[in-house]
Amino acid sequence: MAYLLIFFSAIFVNNIVFSQFLGICPFLGVSKKVDTALGMSAAVAFVLTIATIVTYLIQILLVKYDLVYLQTIAFILVIAALVQMVEIILKKVSPALYQALGVFLPLITTNCAILGVAILVAQNTYNTQGLEPNLLTGVIFAVSTALGFGLALTIFAAIREQLAMMEVPKGMQGMPIALVVAGLLAMAFMGFGGVDNGLAQVFGL
Amino acid sequence: MKYIKILWNGILKENPTFVLLLGMCPTLGTTSSAINGMSMGLATMAVLIFSNLIISCIKNLIPDQVRIPSYIVVIASLVTALQMIMQAFTPEVYKTLGLFIPLIVVNCIILGRAEAFAAKNGPIESLFDGIGIGLGFTIALTLLGGIRELLGTGKLFNVTIYSENYGMLLFVLAPGAFIALGYLIAIVKKTAKI
Repeated sequence: MAYLLIFFSAIFVNNIVFSQFLGICPFLGVSKKVDTALGMSAAVAFVLTIATIVTYLIQILLVKYDLVYLQTIAFILVIAALVQMVEIILKKVSPALYQALGVFLPLITTNCAILGVAILVAQNTYNTQGLEPNLLTGVIFAVSTALGFGLALTIFAAIREQLAMMEVPKGMQGMPIALVVAGLLAMAFMGFGGVDNGLAQVFGL
Repeated sequence: MKYIKILWNGILKENPTFVLLLGMCPTLGTTSSAINGMSMGLATMAVLIFSNLIISCIKNLIPDQVRIPSYIVVIASLVTALQMIMQAFTPEVYKTLGLFIPLIVVNCIILGRAEAFAAKNGPIESLFDGIGIGLGFTIALTLLGGIRELLGTGKLFNVTIYSENYGMLLFVLAPGAFIALGYLIAIVKKTAKI
């Protein structure tokens, strides 16, 4: 049950975009159309999960050889290499998927959600709901975070599609109105605050 | 005169937050108060100045195909050094900013300036560009942090301006960051005519 709670709280209660402020650049940048938003979410979910597993293993090595201060450099290089590798493999194995995700993959290297989640999992500073932090909880956290990112991005893109047809005052056109909409969405997500504690009681944790 | 122009360009004409709209994660994530915003801005500025300087010095040694990974290594090393310095001298600030310090590595402003300015100009110009853009970022973050702190808690730089009972807590929380930044960009666009 605690796994379910990690899943739920990472998607709704501590949504990566609306409460952690990670991955804002793609959130604002590729949210003009629902199709591209879905493609980006899929690419992020894919890379985030693999990156979390790989960096978790690297962290074990770093701790073993007492090199934890190299964490930032090691992680960003691994993520950059990983993104390149995923791109090459995808091109060979599944050209259709590559067609769909290809454009977004290079952008992901500088997506702070990936590095952010990798560091959170490596340092065990995410909410494991009382479980011992290990690779499984880390992966569940990463997958649900990616789902939360996808949810936020897709809702936001759908609203912006509608917004393009509205008459917005001149000064507010473009980014300002998008940010205000994001603020209102964040307010909606604030409504989930405390739900995780309630669920924990229901599950008897 | 040329250097003042580069500085001014970074602060106003190409302000990273209000005009280029880069580096939004730390802009929104660390500006719950003016002090936090300012320390984040200064930390980013330190990395930006040195990365611009180093990259413009070594730009002729790097083969064109591997330039982005090389830039990332330079930036990541600088961020690691900054992390250690902050842990040693300002542990409290390091704790408040938390995750956002290592995330300076993926701040698009730094890689963007390396690619757009430092790779094409000499070391002195790049140094001034780093200072200008860094100052622009710091000013933007301090302004946003100040507005959120004032509206949310009635304080500015921890000095009470009006009673906290009249503060709108929303502005210190996550939604307030988005809304305040949205209106701030609109106001800056209108007044600066850019």
